[in-house]
Amino acid sequence: MSQEIENQVKLLEAQLKQLQERQAKDQVSIIVFSGDLDKVLAAMIIATGARAMDMEVKMFFTFWGTSMLRDKNKTAKGKDFMSKMFGMMLPKGSTKLKLSKMNMGGMGTDMMKNLMKKKHVASLEELIETAGELGVEINICQMSMDLMGFKKEEMIDYPHLKYVGVGTYLSDADESRVQLFI
Amino acid sequence: MTTEELKALSVDKLVDARGTACPGPLLAAKKAVADVQAGQVMEIISSDEGTKSDIPKWCKKMGYEYFGDIEEDGIIRLFLKK
Repeated sequence: MSQEIENQVKLLEAQLKQLQERQAKDQVSIIVFSGDLDKVLAAMIIATGARAMDMEVKMFFTFWGTSMLRDKNKTAKGKDFMSKMFGMMLPKGSTKLKLSKMNMGGMGTDMMKNLMKKKHVASLEELIETAGELGVEINICQMSMDLMGFKKEEMIDYPHLKYVGVGTYLSDADESRVQLFI
Repeated sequence: MTTEELKALSVDKLVDARGTACPGPLLAAKKAVADVQAGQVMEIISSDEGTKSDIPKWCKKMGYEYFGDIEEDGIIRLFLKK
């Protein structure tokens, strides 16, 4: 009888350990798919806010989102024709992103930026810098980089930047209590 | 705490986040609280309405004791103990 109880306790202990290992961390995982200024702003505000709340933050930039991470002052050599075309057509860095609505040929975006300054809302560039100071991790989808023809040497100098695949995102999201797709 | 009790508190660290919009006050509070010893009182001044909801939730998350706020002319003063 006591042997049976002992076995049961062992089984329960093992199951409890398994459950504990599966428990989500105090972590936010954000996919940034969009390259629209307004959406990326929202993502960066959530990311910096989460660090203030002592939550770990893992951002995964993919597709149009990767444009935000281009450095306007850097160029990469040895690109093929299509990569050059993409490079020219896509926004070169955070300052070149446009609003998803009311862009009006760039006028709306400029108006919004002025309004943000007037109302003391941090600019996207300031938010990226703050995110770096606070330890927000930025992962860039390597496949998107290849697809858009972006090279590592033309991306921003960010202290916590990595080039990863979907497996990294999934593993981060799996461990996160909050997951967002922007 | 009542407004009178809050006003009577001796504040060890003052964070003036007036003029900054979300997430400014929260980031300012987070930065400043690093210099505060456990048991000390911190006051945050904000002109952003959202701070009134954010700081109590932040305190709960961080395990700080939230005392309350005083609002005068659109300026919010929030008090907490680390």
